[in-house]
Amino acid sequence: MTLWWIGDVVLLVVVLPVVVYLLRAVLGAAKSIVPSVQEIAKVAAAGSKDLDAAALLLTTQDQVTKTVAGVANYGGSLDVILDDAG
Amino acid sequence: MAPVLAFMAVGAVTILAVVLIVVALVFYLVSVIVQLRRITGGLDEVIAHVSEIVQKSGPVNSVVTTINEQLDAGVDLLEGLLVKKAGMTDAVGLVDGMYAGAAAAGFRNFPESATVKAPRIGEVYTRGTLTLARLGREAPIAVGNPAGFPLRDVEGGSLAARLLYPEIRQTRPESLPRSPVIGTDSPVQYEQREDIGAPRKRLPSRG
Repeated sequence: MTLWWIGDVVLLVVVLPVVVYLLRAVLGAAKSIVPSVQEIAKVAAAGSKDLDAAALLLTTQDQVTKTVAGVANYGGSLDVILDDAG
Repeated sequence: MAPVLAFMAVGAVTILAVVLIVVALVFYLVSVIVQLRRITGGLDEVIAHVSEIVQKSGPVNSVVTTINEQLDAGVDLLEGLLVKKAGMTDAVGLVDGMYAGAAAAGFRNFPESATVKAPRIGEVYTRGTLTLARLGREAPIAVGNPAGFPLRDVEGGSLAARLLYPEIRQTRPESLPRSPVIGTDSPVQYEQREDIGAPRKRLPSRG
């Protein structure tokens, strides 16, 4: 009987507070992750929006191709017009 | 009777303790589950945006590589043409004249150009050549230079160009040799011929 009482006391004074302490710590850690995930989601959305202009690289590529072709034609003409340095 | 009551009391306390522990477990574990669900929702949103980023940035590498290849080809072409037409020494001098200090780096396709001593370009090329060369630096594309226009300055536009010429007038000396004076007040007078302005002594014969 005495041992049973001691067991009850241990259960109420030691086990229950330890269980509550550990569970509160887990809950606190889980709650602290939520704002970080939300911030990451905002940053990812902003990064995705910033890359909307990446499609314009195709236009840039086309313009660079035309420009280099024009420079090549111009250089070819200069090569014909001007004498070499010798 | 008393032992039975004692057993009942001990059992009741035990049950109470177990119930309290179970209630604590349920409350906190449910709270953790709710938070984990919010985390899962946030991570789903992150994954969706990251997927968009991956999708949008997918062709960037190949496009930028192609652009760089084409620009490299253009640079190779222009360097080769410049060296072919102007010669290595003058080409280095021309580039160094437009971009001070660029001669030290040399041309990309001509490693030996880094060792060429750049001549003073103002002593090599005519005004027209330098004007054409400056046009390249003052083209609208140079507006993007964070230091402003590379050569032209609105307030002192001729100074930078003047520095390309030999050291005679650019320091603005107070007196330079005067140009020859001509006319009636000129210090050197030539003997006037009497027959100039006088009537002809003999009229030309009519055919």
